[in-house]
Amino acid sequence: MELCGLTVHELKDKLKKREISAADILDSCLQRTHQVEEQVKAFITITEETARETARVLDEKGEYPGLAGIVCGLKDNLCTRGVRTTCASRMLEDFVPGYDATVVKKLKAQQAVILGKLNMDEFAMGSSTEYSSFYPTRNPWDLKRVPGGSSGGAAAAVAAGQVIYALGTDTGGSVRQPAAFCGVVGMKPTYGRVSRSGVVGFASSLDQVGTITRDVTDCALVLNQIAGYDHMDSTSANLEVLDYTSSLVPEIKGFKVGVLQEYFQEGIHPGVKETIKRALLKMEEMGAIVEEISLPHIKYALPTYYIIAPAEASSNLARFDGVRYGLRDLEADNVEEMYINSRSLGFGPEVKRRIMLGTYVLSAGYFDAYYLKALKVRRLIKNDFDRAFEKYDVLVTPTVPTAAFKLQEHARDEDLLAMYRSDIATVPANMAGLPAISVPGGFVDEMPVGLQIIGKAFAEDTILRVAYAFEQHTDYTARKPSLGVK
Amino acid sequence: MVLPNYEAVIGLEVHVELKTQSKIFCSCSTAFGAEPNTQVCPVCAGMPGALPVLNRQVVEFAIKTGLALNCEIAGMSKYDRKNYFYPDLPKAYQVSQYDQPICRTGYLEIEAEEGKKRIGINRVHIEEDAGKLIHQGAITTSSYSLVDLNRSGVPLLEIVSEPDLRTPREACLYLEKLRSVLLFLGVSDCKMEEGSLRCDANISIRPRGETRLGTKAEIKNMNSFRSLERALEYELTRQMEVLEDGEEVVQETRTWDEGQQATFSMRSKEEADDYRYFPDPDLVPVVVDQEWVQRVRESLPELPDAARQRLMEQYELPAYDAGVLTMTRDTLDFFDECIRHYDDAKVVSNWIMGEMSRLLNQHNLEISASQVSPSALVRMLRLIDEGTISGKMAKTVFEEMFTTGKEPDVIVKEKGMTQISDESALEPLVVQVLEANPEVVEDYRGGKTKALGFLVGQVMKATRGQANPKLVNQILKRHLDKS
Repeated sequence: MELCGLTVHELKDKLKKREISAADILDSCLQRTHQVEEQVKAFITITEETARETARVLDEKGEYPGLAGIVCGLKDNLCTRGVRTTCASRMLEDFVPGYDATVVKKLKAQQAVILGKLNMDEFAMGSSTEYSSFYPTRNPWDLKRVPGGSSGGAAAAVAAGQVIYALGTDTGGSVRQPAAFCGVVGMKPTYGRVSRSGVVGFASSLDQVGTITRDVTDCALVLNQIAGYDHMDSTSANLEVLDYTSSLVPEIKGFKVGVLQEYFQEGIHPGVKETIKRALLKMEEMGAIVEEISLPHIKYALPTYYIIAPAEASSNLARFDGVRYGLRDLEADNVEEMYINSRSLGFGPEVKRRIMLGTYVLSAGYFDAYYLKALKVRRLIKNDFDRAFEKYDVLVTPTVPTAAFKLQEHARDEDLLAMYRSDIATVPANMAGLPAISVPGGFVDEMPVGLQIIGKAFAEDTILRVAYAFEQHTDYTARKPSLGVK
Repeated sequence: MVLPNYEAVIGLEVHVELKTQSKIFCSCSTAFGAEPNTQVCPVCAGMPGALPVLNRQVVEFAIKTGLALNCEIAGMSKYDRKNYFYPDLPKAYQVSQYDQPICRTGYLEIEAEEGKKRIGINRVHIEEDAGKLIHQGAITTSSYSLVDLNRSGVPLLEIVSEPDLRTPREACLYLEKLRSVLLFLGVSDCKMEEGSLRCDANISIRPRGETRLGTKAEIKNMNSFRSLERALEYELTRQMEVLEDGEEVVQETRTWDEGQQATFSMRSKEEADDYRYFPDPDLVPVVVDQEWVQRVRESLPELPDAARQRLMEQYELPAYDAGVLTMTRDTLDFFDECIRHYDDAKVVSNWIMGEMSRLLNQHNLEISASQVSPSALVRMLRLIDEGTISGKMAKTVFEEMFTTGKEPDVIVKEKGMTQISDESALEPLVVQVLEANPEVVEDYRGGKTKALGFLVGQVMKATRGQANPKLVNQILKRHLDKS
């Protein structure tokens, strides 16, 4: 197999044995990108030159600790010093940050070879990457289908072999949902586990940087490098970070697995339901105790999310006003007109929709009925999870109720809610701040289906172990997309 | 100013910039007067992805202030976003405290005309300052404006009084007292001209005897104590005239125009903004436990009221002197330092309130910037006591000390200002003066004792003021009374 189709740990082995160089990996990924990028459109910016320089310096030294020499990509809402960070928005089309996000600093300190910035739904709002202001990304398993979103570019690039792993962000499922659609592993750590400093904010109380990798081992390896307390982020947790590779044990005998019933009722694709049921049987075969469970308030998670996330977004995105950076309408006659025109031109339809929604729910007279109530419901959802975790080690759901949908399938305004429902099973983990991982759980009509495993706060090790054991007892990660690496 | 039929109801909203080294959410300097946009980082410039990290010193200063204002201190310090668009506000929201201010329900005592009066403090809360716009010419005709973000993110306290003030004078006394408390605490330098102390007023009037409140106007842009008093006086008259004309006062925000000495409507309540306050999800609430509050309480310095009391009791100073000396911490420190080496408190007080404050005002300086040290003042007072210089000469010496920073002894020596207290040197001069003014001598002997003053003056003149006037007086009298 070509190098670009291997995992982080496989490549690390080869580097260690001096079978290959960092330049070899990079060449393979670049070649692959030249072949498929026209079709996949995963990237917004490719930083070939700096990637080559990093690889060259590494190969000169000939040492490859940590993630050194492994090619990766970054979702384009992670600030990169000197490299434009667009959030897939016209608003920031030419915005070049003077600073790195903490996670980017950490990868750079590791001498990771960063190949570029990946496509996404504008400002991470969307579930298909069709809301990128530049172009949609396509699913490597079927180019007529979406890769999911908002980290669609990241998931597609990993699936298509353009990068070995990628970092995305997950506010309501934006790492896990595209990972599920693209047949790769997506992890959203506990809120506070990974620094948000330098991550362009969408909904601050929900946003978390996540990993997209080809298997669970890679997930642990990458998480090891980005997790940890950061004094630049007040919401970052000052807790010890384990070596997550120590949780890669292929055995879950006696583990208690709660299956959230709510996600097997209406709205789920029958094929997805079958696939996940099979996955659960597999877990039972492996010795886990699998039980059905129902959380009374979880049905409110999605509507509550669509109050809290837009509310925070309406405030977070207010800074894009054309005054200091970003798009500015130069024709305006006065400040007010400049604001209105710049924001009208700079933001796309979904971002505008959410800003309006968020502004509305925070307005005088509506605040109590919407925002305040949503915060209370959020607390109830969190309590539901706390109670469930008194009994279970992990909770599982299908990551998404369907496999990847077709481009334009939810393009009409009337179909918007159908797209929002795509996040129905992923949103609760964000609402409660819990870690969750999506692993390949099978296939429906040749398209991958994701199995979501949710854990207690800061119990990334537990969900990694369950995910790893499941992966070791199945062969879904081995299967590659039609556009995949031969 | 008295309105016979009406009573004013005034409340003040005071903003003070806190004297922390760094800004509230980043490590940028808070120093005033730097080149525009040189004290700016991604956080205080509102760059994408930049996150705030609270400076705990700000909370400590807020607790300090709350305790000095007899407030209840909240157990939790929570932060909210106040959303609005303005080019000097880089994030398009100001981090502030909305429903849970750090301090509530306190009071401040002022010396009102009718005696001591307690002015309620409704709340004290923490927030961040915005940047500053520099317009090309007037704001309305400016073709462009520049943004300076040096001030963006400087910590502020907003101190809101209850509507307990009844006259513009009281409002001024309240603000002066508040300023001296803040200066004593060392939490702000309270310079109105640099904007580190800013004041808005809510003012309404009502017929005397009425208990319900009238419709208020909010007055902004008062940049000195004087303009606060003037603006409130203007506004009282305006509202009274509106009512006398049978019309109603409109609830609105008005701005004080210093040039025209009048207030003008800025916007009415119908146009009031909806700030869409909500808890800032980028900041975690800070727990303020009793231990912390207790620690701050124990570290509180002497406050103006206590200092005033001390000066009156310990040094028997008049209330007026004690009031002036406790206006600022620096003035009190200066006095206290003098009094450690000099016994006569009233003399020290006179010099500080007299020559010192005259020269400070004239040069627009604070006492901390004065070149005269307490020890130099004490040394000068000793020179008077020793008879080396006269009180009159001392004024010249003091002015020289003030402008050059030289020691009094050096000045006296350089200027040859030593007082002539040698009787044998003065005797011939006295004789000369007597001989030159026979009519005056006659007048004196005829009973016009005032004539003595003229003769003393003549001797002083002949010695260019250096003669010891007491001694001249004695010698003259001896000669005049001789025959």
